[in-house]
Amino acid sequence: MTVASERMAVQAGKAAQSTPEWLAGRLGGLALHVALISITVAWVVPTAGLFVSSFRDLNSITTTGWWTALAPPFKFTLDNYQHVLERNNLGTSFVNSFMIAIPATIIPATLAAFAAYAFTWMKFWGRDWLFLALVGLLVVPLQATFIPLLKLFTSLGLTGTFPAVWLAHTGYGLPFAIYLLSNFFRALPSDLFESAEIDGAGTLTVFFRIVLPLSVPAIASLVIFQFLWVWNDLLVALIYLGGSPDVSPLTVTVANLVNSLGQGYQWLTAAAFLSMIVPLVVFFSLQRYFVRGILAGSVKG
Amino acid sequence: MASVTYDHVVKRYTADLTVVKDFNVEIKDKEFMVLVGPSGCGKSTALRMLAGLEAISEGEIRIGDRVVNNVAAKDRDIAMVFQSYALYPHMSVYDNMAFPLQMAHMKKPEIDKRVKNASRILGLDNFLKRKPRALSGGQRQRVALGRAIVRSPKVFLLDEPLSNLDAKLRGQTRIELQKLHRDLQTTFIYVTHDQVEAMTMGDRIAIMNAGILQQVGTPGDIYDHPANLFVAGFIGSPTMNFVPATVQDGTAKASGFEVKLPKPINSTKGTLGFRPEAVTDRVVDGGTAMDMKVDVVERLGSDQFLYGQVGGDQVTARVDPRMAVQPGDKVRLGLDTRTMHYFDAESELALL
Repeated sequence: MTVASERMAVQAGKAAQSTPEWLAGRLGGLALHVALISITVAWVVPTAGLFVSSFRDLNSITTTGWWTALAPPFKFTLDNYQHVLERNNLGTSFVNSFMIAIPATIIPATLAAFAAYAFTWMKFWGRDWLFLALVGLLVVPLQATFIPLLKLFTSLGLTGTFPAVWLAHTGYGLPFAIYLLSNFFRALPSDLFESAEIDGAGTLTVFFRIVLPLSVPAIASLVIFQFLWVWNDLLVALIYLGGSPDVSPLTVTVANLVNSLGQGYQWLTAAAFLSMIVPLVVFFSLQRYFVRGILAGSVKG
Repeated sequence: MASVTYDHVVKRYTADLTVVKDFNVEIKDKEFMVLVGPSGCGKSTALRMLAGLEAISEGEIRIGDRVVNNVAAKDRDIAMVFQSYALYPHMSVYDNMAFPLQMAHMKKPEIDKRVKNASRILGLDNFLKRKPRALSGGQRQRVALGRAIVRSPKVFLLDEPLSNLDAKLRGQTRIELQKLHRDLQTTFIYVTHDQVEAMTMGDRIAIMNAGILQQVGTPGDIYDHPANLFVAGFIGSPTMNFVPATVQDGTAKASGFEVKLPKPINSTKGTLGFRPEAVTDRVVDGGTAMDMKVDVVERLGSDQFLYGQVGGDQVTARVDPRMAVQPGDKVRLGLDTRTMHYFDAESELALL
C-alpha cells in the first residue's frame, strides 16, 4: 500500500463510512483463525474421544457415545489401564518397540546422510540417474516387496528377528531420507565446500566438521519422521517378526488385545494411549527442529 | 612469495563453450594484480583454475617454478577470499581462522599465535568468540581475510571481496587491502568487475572480455593508452566519448567537427575516442572546437559534466564547475587532441 492510497482510504473512511482497512485486516485474520481452529478441532476430537473412552467400561463404550461421559454422573474407571499393564506383556513390548525403533532410525539416518552428501557434493559417474532412480523408488508400494523380501529373510534365517525389521525399515525409509537430506545439503552454499577444499579439508572432514553441524535441523526432522513411522508401524513388524510375543513391538501387542469378535475393545483404548506417550515425548523434545527441518532449504542459514 | 604464470591457459566446458581462451599473463612476485572485466568474461574462472577449483583444459599454470595443473588445491600454497566470504556459520571467528591450520595439523600453540596475530592486524580481537552471523558485513569480510592470512600463503586470491559491502565501507576496505598487501609482502590476485577498484588498487591490471585477455598494464598506462575499443570503453567513468569518423589526408571527420591527426594512420573508417576531461570550456586558438547542444547538466561540486549532442553524436564533457550552463543551451567547447585515440572500424585496435 502506498502512502497516497492509504491517505485516500482514510479520507474515504471518514467521509463515506466505508470499510476501513484495519477492519478488513481483522476480518482476514479472523477467517484465518477460524480455519485454523476448526482444523485443529477436527484433528483433536477423535483423539479426545479415545482418551475419554479409555476411562470407561466396556458396557458404556458399546452402548453410548463417549461425549455422554462428559456430563454427570461421572463414571470413570482405571480398570482398562490396570488390565493392560498387568495382564499383557506390555513391558516386553515396550522394550521391543525401542529395540526396533532406535536402530531402525539410526541406521537409515546415518546411511542417508552419507548418501545425500555424495549425491549433492561429490562427482561420480551416473550420479543424476542413480538419484532419479532413488527418487523413483518413493512410489513403489511397500506391499509389493513383502513376499520377495520375506523369502530372502527366511533363506537367510532372519525372519522373526530384529535385524530383519531393521533392514526392512532401513530400505523403506532410505529413499525419502536421502531425498530430504539431499534437498537440504544442496541448499548449502558451494563456496563453503570450495573454501574447505582450499583450507585442506578432505571429503570426510568436510562431512563431519561442516555438513553435519550445519544440517542438525534437517537430520533431527528426519529422525522424528523415521522414528514415528517405525514406532507406529504395525504391518512391517507383523510381516517380518510374526506374532511371537517375545519380539512383538507395542503395535502388534496392542492390536492383539482385540480378538476377531471385537472383545477387548475397551483395553485397546488404554493401550493406544500408553503407546502414544513416546511419540509425544519425541515430538515435543525435537519439535523446534521439526519446523526448521520442514522449512529446510527455503531459508538460507 | 612467488610469481604466477598463466601459459596459454584454456578453459573449455564443452566443445563449443570455451570461457577462457589462450590466457597468458605473468604476475610478478609481491605484485597486486587485478583481473577485471564484465561479468561472464572468464576472470573468475581464470582465478579458480589457479586456486585448483577448476581443471585446466589446456596450457600450464605455474606458481613460482612449479607447474600446479595437477596439484590439489590444498597443496598449492594459496589462500582465497570468496565474494560470499564462505565463513563456516557454525564456528566461532577463532575457529574459522584456525580451521585451515588445524587441517594442516599445526600444533595448538602455533595456531593460537597465528590466529591472535591475524586478529590483531585486522582488529578482530574482541570478536574471536562470536559466530559469523553476529558480525557486520565488514567484520565478516575481515574474518575471511584473516582465514587467508593465518596460512601465510604464497599467493592471495580475492574473488570480488568487496562487492557485498556498502559503498562507504568499500572505499575504506580498499585502502585497508592495499595496506595489508604492503605489510604482507605477498602476491595478490584480485578479481573484480568494478573498474574503480581495478584502477585504485592494482599495481597492474589485466582486462578480460569474452574469455580473451585484452590488455595488461599499469592503471595509468591502460587509462592513457587503451589497446582497443573495449578497454577504452571499460575503463574510466564517465566513459570515453566514441564518435564515428572517416579519415582523409590526415584529418578525421566526425559529424560535428574535424580534427587533424597528430600522425598518419593506415585506416579510413573508425572511431574517435576522447575522454570527457579532454572536452573543456577552454577553446584554444587554432585548436579543435565543437558546438554542443546540451541535454543534461550534472554538477558534482568539483566537476560539472555536460551531456549533449555534437553534430549527430552523443558527447560528454567535463567543464569548469563555475561555467553557467542550462539544458538546451548551445555551447562551444574545445577538444584537447593530445589524449585523443583512434580505433580502426575493422579491428577495433587503437591506432593512435
